[in-house]
Amino acid sequence: MSDPRTRRLAERVAAQRVNPLTAALRSAWPFAIAIAIAFILQIAIAPAISDFKAKILLDIGIAIVLAGSLNIVNGFAGQFSIGHAGFMMVGGYASAIVTYYGSLKLLGAPAIADVPVLGGFLGSGDLLFLGACLIGGVMAAAAGLVVGLPSLRLRGDYLAIVTLGFGEILKVLIQQTPPVPSSADAMTAGPLTMVTHLGGSLSFTGQPTYVSPTPWVVNADGDQTGHAGIFFAYLVVGILLIFVYRLKSSHKGRMLLAVRENEIAAEAMGVDTSRAKVTAFVLAAFFAGIGGALFAHEVGAQLDTKSLGFQKSIDLVIMVVLGGMGSITGVVFSAALLTILPELLRSLGVDSYRMPLYALTLIVVMIVRPQGLFGIKELWDLGPWKRHVTPLWNKLTKGKQA
Amino acid sequence: MNFSGSRHLVTIVCSVALALIGCDKMGGGGKKTSGSGSDGSGSAQPAASRDSGTGPILIGHFASLTGEEATFGISTDHGVILAMEERNAAGGVKKRQIELKTLDDASKSTEAGNVVQRLISEDHVIALIGEVASGSSLAGGKIAQQFGVPMISPSSTNKKVTEGRDMVSRVCFLDEFQGYVVAKFAHDHKWTKIATLFDQSAPYSKGLAEAFSTEFSGMGGTISTGQAYTKGDVSVAAQLQQIKTSGAEAVFLPGYYTDVGNIVRQARNIGLKVPFLGGDGWDSAKLAEIGGAAIEGSYYSNHYSFEEKRPEVIEFVERYKKRWNGDVPDGLAALGYDAARVLFDAMDRSPTLAGKDLGAAIAKTKDFPGVTGKITLDANRDAQKQAVIVQMTGGAPHYVATVVPKGWPEAPGSGSGSGSAAK
Amino acid sequence: MGTLVQTLVETIALGSLYALAALGYTLVYGVLRFINFAHSDVFTFGAWVSYALGALFGWVATAAVQAPVVPVFAMPFIMFAAMAICAVLGITIERLAYRPLRTAPRLNVLITAIGVSLLLQNTGQLPWAFGKDGQNVPALISNQASLGSIAGVEIRVVDLVIVVLAGLLMFGLERLVYGTKIGRAMRAVSFDERIASLMGINVDRVISITFGIGSALAAAGGVLLGLRYGNIKEPADSAWVLLGLKAFVAAVVGGIGNVRGAVAGGLLIAAVEQFGATYISSSMQNLFVFVVLILVLLVKPSGLFGTAVREKV
Repeated sequence: MSDPRTRRLAERVAAQRVNPLTAALRSAWPFAIAIAIAFILQIAIAPAISDFKAKILLDIGIAIVLAGSLNIVNGFAGQFSIGHAGFMMVGGYASAIVTYYGSLKLLGAPAIADVPVLGGFLGSGDLLFLGACLIGGVMAAAAGLVVGLPSLRLRGDYLAIVTLGFGEILKVLIQQTPPVPSSADAMTAGPLTMVTHLGGSLSFTGQPTYVSPTPWVVNADGDQTGHAGIFFAYLVVGILLIFVYRLKSSHKGRMLLAVRENEIAAEAMGVDTSRAKVTAFVLAAFFAGIGGALFAHEVGAQLDTKSLGFQKSIDLVIMVVLGGMGSITGVVFSAALLTILPELLRSLGVDSYRMPLYALTLIVVMIVRPQGLFGIKELWDLGPWKRHVTPLWNKLTKGKQA
Repeated sequence: MNFSGSRHLVTIVCSVALALIGCDKMGGGGKKTSGSGSDGSGSAQPAASRDSGTGPILIGHFASLTGEEATFGISTDHGVILAMEERNAAGGVKKRQIELKTLDDASKSTEAGNVVQRLISEDHVIALIGEVASGSSLAGGKIAQQFGVPMISPSSTNKKVTEGRDMVSRVCFLDEFQGYVVAKFAHDHKWTKIATLFDQSAPYSKGLAEAFSTEFSGMGGTISTGQAYTKGDVSVAAQLQQIKTSGAEAVFLPGYYTDVGNIVRQARNIGLKVPFLGGDGWDSAKLAEIGGAAIEGSYYSNHYSFEEKRPEVIEFVERYKKRWNGDVPDGLAALGYDAARVLFDAMDRSPTLAGKDLGAAIAKTKDFPGVTGKITLDANRDAQKQAVIVQMTGGAPHYVATVVPKGWPEAPGSGSGSGSAAK
Repeated sequence: MGTLVQTLVETIALGSLYALAALGYTLVYGVLRFINFAHSDVFTFGAWVSYALGALFGWVATAAVQAPVVPVFAMPFIMFAAMAICAVLGITIERLAYRPLRTAPRLNVLITAIGVSLLLQNTGQLPWAFGKDGQNVPALISNQASLGSIAGVEIRVVDLVIVVLAGLLMFGLERLVYGTKIGRAMRAVSFDERIASLMGINVDRVISITFGIGSALAAAGGVLLGLRYGNIKEPADSAWVLLGLKAFVAAVVGGIGNVRGAVAGGLLIAAVEQFGATYISSSMQNLFVFVVLILVLLVKPSGLFGTAVREKV
């Protein structure tokens, strides 16, 4: 430590070090805000809009989770995955198994798919659901590891093909499974039955609904009805967005960006590219699994191999590319847009021309804005935002920062 | 994380909020009127708010008008429209006209969910008709149940569709019954060795094959081999070759007509000459065209035959042809027609048009003289009814026999004269 | 024995169709380095054009059970016309949708290709186009006519026609790519677009021609498919997507960008599918295809016939 420059640096670092408690609080407050926003959406926005719009709101939330997670692989790491629905499938089925058998065996609920949530908001039913989401995420992450490993050998399009193959293989395997046991049989079902009786080509049936547009309310007698689906969906959205935002500006995230920009240069700079790619796969799969879990418990969504096939993966890739690869706000925007668009077109009453119009729009947007709607920029990097919102924000926060 | 970084987080959150607000702007400002207490278990909704009491009565139909199953949805819709127009011409229900809103779900169950939600909470329909595909009916039924809106599926044959959902009923028979019908026919035909060939990616096909295998084995028959294909496979030569070597006397092929014609042609090409048996998925005017000479002599079970001599059938076929440019109504059109008429009949009987009352009235449907036979809903709100067996001869399905459920009077001539059609 | 012969016959006939479609993927990948997802729809289009032409001349039986057999001379005409029309379609797609994206990231081109695919499928389903029903294609060659039988298995004329026609087309392509000036230009563009343009090659023109050839081969595949199976599915049917996926897998397994590889891949995929379904389990038929794909990629990432490309620094 004799070198004065080193000493000065050490002093500077020491000066900047903050109380660990303050640091923890500082890193936690965005989560608190996310929880608050999700809660406000649930209790203030959801009851004020029609159930149909609330359903679209839910769909947007789930789409953001899925597209946002795919953005880690496609957008940040520049790896090309077209099997994202496969991870959804893993997470969805795993979580449905947990909630179906869990409600029956652990909570003793009458096993009809549409019973109210046990214990009301954040009661035993909801906790089981949150646990199931987590398990779904972990299982999907494990699958992500398996799929990510070939990426050690494969590059670019070949990797994409492997992810596609993974999704298709999973689909065929699930199609072979026998139907889900009825609630009476489920009580005595062994672990092997639980994980192998997945309903085949018909959907997994029997998992309770947790994600529905019916708002959660407490009436005068203190009875709780409805579901807090919007809260859960946007809670996950919040966590995901904070996570990917921090990832993007972290050491790990910059490694991913380096791999995207130039793999050889990244390697030359000491980035373990293989490790970075596998990490991206695992992280993306984790959130896709949670997204799949949300989807599996959504009312009006069928957890089957048809709705989670190749087409779904492609839809997600379109969201990422349209929003701007690597742009978090861009992907959020395009996920919302592409969820609303089909319904808007339906409102216009152009049923038979809906899909051709959609396809045409897609082509035109890609040609006019190849970098996606937001490019690699975030919302706050865009001109109008910089001109109008940033100065306002600075004015508001100046006092605090001084 | 420094403060300016946090600013960005707030921005992310803001952009999400913006997206949400954008969402609220779409589709007009229909505020919710459906009440919020939907615990689903009893499905009871104060649905009085759904219906204004005056003006036309709005019912919704969700169907696949585009996508892979488009032809099924369009046929059904034609049947429903015909029923509605007839009823309106006769003065409507409760002295009010009926209005139908049909929305396309593009043959996707996820879209079916959105469409049903839209019909219920934007358009405030008092009842729903739909879907053909069991997956879409399951998705839609979940929502209909939660919001207490009665739903009648015209032609979803999977058991799970109505299970545990007292708002959901259907006017068609189940896979299990249809499996029995074909098995009984095969048994009566003195076939002892039959192979099955089913589409493993379609719940309908797989379920029917399983039901048939169980019933046929129970009657002492043998399933020589069970082969699977996947929708979209170009070639099923491998499967057909296995069936050929298994020495089957007939092949049970419970697929959709779009695949069937093609598969039977391939069978003839590799020299598999035995007759094919099928289910209601075969029913279409296109079958003869696609199957050509190869399909001649094959049998399938169906909800009705347009050749039956029952007065309901004769009248329906005539009216349908008149309304739809001479098209011959297939089974799905007949079921759409029956579903709508069962609904109107329940509306007549129900004291109010509230979801609970109407749902109960539908469930009490008994001996309704439908085009597809007498319709009686059982405790699971599934229709107990007869099926017919038809044979493809001369390029058209011709009536062969009527099969009634177990425990019903055996004679095909019983009931509403169902079996009196000429061969 | 009969089963073995039957499976072999099916493998070769089906493999030829896969190979014809795979060639299109491989050619386009060779010059533009992207997966042309709209290729399977061009294949579909070819099949439907052959139907439409047949209908135009009144050769399609619309209601009759016994389809009239079309004069044999019509067959080469219909096939040639379908190939020409699809070549124009392919060139138009490239000109309008892909060329503006020549410098954009490949993922964008891919999304555009998906857009084109959706557009073709859903436009094809419109009532004024091909409609929502599958159709019978005219029996250009009697479907039943037999050459003779081996071990009880009829070898049909149509099988021979398919294999011979597909073989001729592939041989022609091979000669074109390795024996003509335009073929050399295609290989040059595939090797390095920029250097090729410096050598005086009109890159845009070469790419157009490549698309034209790929699309024409796909159209031929579509016509032969209709010929063999007698019936084609509606344009938005999942059958076409699955067929396209398998053909694409065939191209990858054979080594994408390699003409002979695509042919070998097509036959291999057909063999895996048919033998797997016959001798192991028919319900896992498609599983085998994708397992083979992953195995091949793990063992030899550049495909069976592909050469490993070192990334340039």
